[in-house]
Amino acid sequence: MDDAMTAGTITIAGGGGDQIEAYYAGPAGGQPRGGVVLIHHLPGYDRWSKEVARRFAVDGYDVLVPNLYSREAPGADPDDAAAVARARGGIADEQLVGDVGGAAEHLRGLPASNGKVAVIGHCSGGRQAVLAGCNLDLQGVVDCYGAYVIGTPAADFPLRAGGLEDQLAKLSCPLLGLFGAEDSYPSPDQVAELGRLLTEHSKEHELHSYDGAGHGFFCTDRPAYRPQQAVDGYQKIAAFFARTIGAS
Amino acid sequence: MCTYNTEHATITGSGKGRAGWVSLTNATVYFDHPVHAPADHTLNIDLTGAGAPGERIAVELTASSARELVAAIERALAKVPAALL
Repeated sequence: MDDAMTAGTITIAGGGGDQIEAYYAGPAGGQPRGGVVLIHHLPGYDRWSKEVARRFAVDGYDVLVPNLYSREAPGADPDDAAAVARARGGIADEQLVGDVGGAAEHLRGLPASNGKVAVIGHCSGGRQAVLAGCNLDLQGVVDCYGAYVIGTPAADFPLRAGGLEDQLAKLSCPLLGLFGAEDSYPSPDQVAELGRLLTEHSKEHELHSYDGAGHGFFCTDRPAYRPQQAVDGYQKIAAFFARTIGAS
Repeated sequence: MCTYNTEHATITGSGKGRAGWVSLTNATVYFDHPVHAPADHTLNIDLTGAGAPGERIAVELTASSARELVAAIERALAKVPAALL
């Protein structure tokens, strides 16, 4: 059967060996393929994140979405878990790196894995994707409008997140960045600074800022959705994945 | 954009939600993307007690309706004899 896939929540070993939830989506059959760790956005392990995972599975990849809030609110609805995580200041960077690392290892252990893994995230997940790329052995990073990759949050910033400027020299793989030119977090100036630093560190990268789009333009269930820019963005992601984690 | 802003308040009272009536001890208030309301951003309030995450009482209000609610609360409190407060 063409286009068949398997999808559902499984348990994987996350950071520190903790057992955490993760949504798996992958094509049926044993053809060699790369893996994608999809980092969910601040609203959590939600329906939209799982829809995006299935999209990449249709493109031929094994995809894992680790539930970053597994420890904070096990078994809770995604929005309830996100509320708990937000009230506690979000997820620590070290925990994020551990969970993405666990997801990457799980993907590399699947029977059809070609050993290559990329990471993608949106919004807070965009920053976390870059963070993962700077601390793990990966083959590709896709940063979709991640705030505070560049820039220092105000002193009263409620979440545990800061700029990654001092980590970019450690980036282990090519980076694709997709941004809205009308976004303020990250601003066009911050996107330009990201490009400058990646060039300075001789890191392969490709950054695109879309006119007519702001933050969250991939989110189909929000007024911020911009279909033209999202379709083009998905084409760029498909080309990037084919190049960095494709079967050949 | 994601504002990330988050304000906290310690509260005393009760609320009724999925778990029936529960005691409330904390409020988290933030203006950010809603889960359900038809807007890009809303003023979101999570009222919680000692219960499980699913026992929170949550609302997502447009900015103007949040201000209307604040004003209504202030009007209601202003009409109460001080001895009752």
